[in-house]
Amino acid sequence: MELPDSDISLNVVNLSLSYADKPALQNITMKIPKQRVTALIGPSGCGKSTLIRCFNRMNDLIDSVSVTGRIELNKLDIHDKNVDVAQLRRQVGMVFQRPNPFPKSIEENVAYGLRLTKEVPKSELESRVEWALKSAALWDEVKDRLKDTALGLSGGQQQRLVIARAIAVQPSVLLLDEPASALDPISTLKIEELIAELKTQYTIAIVTHNMQQAARVSDFTAFLYLGELIEFNNTRTIFTNPRQEKTEDYVSGRYG
Amino acid sequence: METYDRLPIEPGLQRKHSVSIRRWFRSGDPWIWLSATAVGVSIVAVVGLITLIAWKGLAHFWPADVHTIEYHDEWDEYVLVGEIAQRESISRDLYQEFNPSDTELPPGSVRRWMMKTGNRKVNAPDFRWIDVHLIESKIQDPNMVVFERSEWGNAYGTIVELRESGQTIAVDDLWSELKRRVQRASSLRNTSEKLQKRSIDQINYQLERLRLQQRKRELRGNFETADLNTKQSELIQEYELHEQSLREIDEKLQRDQVVIRIANGSESIIELRDIEHLWRPNSMSFLSKFGHYVSTIWNFLTQDSREANTEGGIFPALFGTILMVILMSVLVTPFGVIAAVYLREYARQGTLVRLIRIAVNNLAGVPSIVYGVFGLGFFVYLIGGTIDDLFFEAAKPAPTFGTPGLIWASLTLALLTVPVVIVSTEEGLTRIPSALREGSLALGATKAETLFKVVMPMASPAMLTGVILAIARAAGEVAPLMLVGVVKLAPSLPIDGNFPFLHLDRKFMHLGFHIYDVGFQSPNVDAVRPLVFATALLLILIIIVLNLTAILLRNRLEARYREALQ
Ligand SMILES: Nc1ncnc2c1ncn2[C@@H]1O[C@H](COP(=O)(O)OP(=O)(O)OP(=O)(O)O)[C@@H](O)[C@H]1O
Ligand SMILES: [Mg+2]
Repeated sequence: MELPDSDISLNVVNLSLSYADKPALQNITMKIPKQRVTALIGPSGCGKSTLIRCFNRMNDLIDSVSVTGRIELNKLDIHDKNVDVAQLRRQVGMVFQRPNPFPKSIEENVAYGLRLTKEVPKSELESRVEWALKSAALWDEVKDRLKDTALGLSGGQQQRLVIARAIAVQPSVLLLDEPASALDPISTLKIEELIAELKTQYTIAIVTHNMQQAARVSDFTAFLYLGELIEFNNTRTIFTNPRQEKTEDYVSGRYG
Repeated sequence: METYDRLPIEPGLQRKHSVSIRRWFRSGDPWIWLSATAVGVSIVAVVGLITLIAWKGLAHFWPADVHTIEYHDEWDEYVLVGEIAQRESISRDLYQEFNPSDTELPPGSVRRWMMKTGNRKVNAPDFRWIDVHLIESKIQDPNMVVFERSEWGNAYGTIVELRESGQTIAVDDLWSELKRRVQRASSLRNTSEKLQKRSIDQINYQLERLRLQQRKRELRGNFETADLNTKQSELIQEYELHEQSLREIDEKLQRDQVVIRIANGSESIIELRDIEHLWRPNSMSFLSKFGHYVSTIWNFLTQDSREANTEGGIFPALFGTILMVILMSVLVTPFGVIAAVYLREYARQGTLVRLIRIAVNNLAGVPSIVYGVFGLGFFVYLIGGTIDDLFFEAAKPAPTFGTPGLIWASLTLALLTVPVVIVSTEEGLTRIPSALREGSLALGATKAETLFKVVMPMASPAMLTGVILAIARAAGEVAPLMLVGVVKLAPSLPIDGNFPFLHLDRKFMHLGFHIYDVGFQSPNVDAVRPLVFATALLLILIIIVLNLTAILLRNRLEARYREALQ
């Protein structure tokens, strides 16, 4: 699987990570292509969340973490001393495993990232919020109660709200950690449609336990196992003709 | 362990009993009962205490009937006029021990009344115990008047005549005429007081500032005083004008007198200028008594104290207490919150931080008088003294800030209560789910932005809880205040119309200290006892109101964030 450099968004080279002395990722090397959906699959505890949290340096918050290796975002080393972490996180948006709306109004939640910088003038805030909510397929459900607290939304709506919140700042990469794990089939479908739509503008990395989902939404799939990247390839190849036995066992549901 | 299955096999009564008790204990019921009892006892104690204080304090303001009582003892016969201030029964044996020769004693215990007879100027002890069975007659003269005087306490008597400049006035309705003239006197007195407070005090204040200005120039080697002198003489001229009008008012005030007949039949003269209030309780309807009651309580709350705090109102103490608590909250909240945020969010969680936390917790247990001593040494003498050296050179040797005052009292109490604010803020901060912090950081917020926009708003109920606890502790604290700013009688309120309006350097009065002073430092214990209760009630009410306000505020905030915290 060779890609021209200009099509690579995130370039991970020899990345290893350990929590205190416990290794969680070992020698991961992979290239995440631009404006494609890359799925991360693997059994629980294999390091999927840990890996995508490396992409926006969320693991910096945990004191015990030590990282070696390189991650490049558009050819720039994200661990470089000159990198402003807040700036990086504005470029690499993230949606967490569990929805975490702020105890503020729906509007304020979406505008939160925008208000942090002066990039979007106040007058455009409202239209940007509307755009983000529309992109996240939530607008029709909440347009009459933008001032209400976000905690009053259902779980699925909250998940779409945090997606809207993440895309409102227009990052170039969007990291989704099991965005549909707690949702009913209809909400899941909505989010999958949303991903298909978003991929025209964003690079998306999505963690999922649902093989069908991975097969449906992603262009590329990475299979992780016990902190190692076992296989990374076209989704079609992974699901129909994997090179590794472990991958085959996993995707066919033999373990995991 | 016995199992219940075996019970039917061994049906011994003893055993069954002990097992069922054990089972009862194991079920946890006894503990529920125990805690319920403890809660019940506490509630009864609190309600009982407040009821007792309220009853004793509030009854004092009711315009009680004035009885004219004829009674005798083995030596003589007396006539007493007064209110019944207290009733009690003592045992027969005790009574007979002290009155062995009393032969008229009826069966049962002996009832005694404490009569408030007033007229302190004439008959020295104005409270007297009498034995009820020795009373021969008791009537309520509808014409009996109670005079509340600005000095010497109450007077009781019937009106004999009114005098204007020494001449008897011939009018039919003496009562209405007297009331009208008392009205005139009190409005004159008001004018005079206003003049005194507003104009003369202000001129004095300005003169003092002129003096300081001159002194300041001298210190700088500038002996040019001409402009100051002209200002000064202008002020003195103005002062003399005011003094003149004060003297005129004073003369007018001396015009009227009333002659009353008191209990022993003699006549006594009261200057109308000395009368604060007057009423005829024996001929008042319930409604007018109630009106009088309300206005007396209002006066108690809004007027200055008189006669070394034993009479009049408690306004300065009330004002001082509330102002001090508010200032304390304003000082303690930012300080405690910042400290907690640093400890919890920024400091590296190591041994040092743990030690600091232990130290903070222990601070809450230091006896409050120790804080008073610290406040006096550190705040008043060191910081206050330095401020005086740097900025108030001219006022020396009189200290400005280097002496106990409002700001130092507030600071001392802020120090005393800062541990509770720190502890509860820290608790609030730890309760914020990390998912929300991560959510904010992932959107590109810095740590500080996350703190201000997400964490702190959500921790605000916890901060308020800390402030509530701080207020509850500070409002009732007296001991340290005696060292750092509270006085028995403050010449002026800490807020007035003179620039800079809020005078942080002034000494102030405080309800807690007022209770101590009135209750234990005044010579006439019987007269002030109800005031002690009334003041205590007020202090409790203030604490309750301050607490309730903060609790309501906190609950509203908490409701907003409850779901997010779960
Ligand atoms: N904060 C942490 N401190 C220590 N160990 C951690 C921490 N977070 C994760 N781990 C460990 O790192 C390993 C990988 O965890 P991670 O959360 O990345 O797994 P995952 O693939 O996302 O699993 P899941 O599918 O259940 O979410 C696990 O063994 C986990 O116990
Ligand atoms: Mg995970």
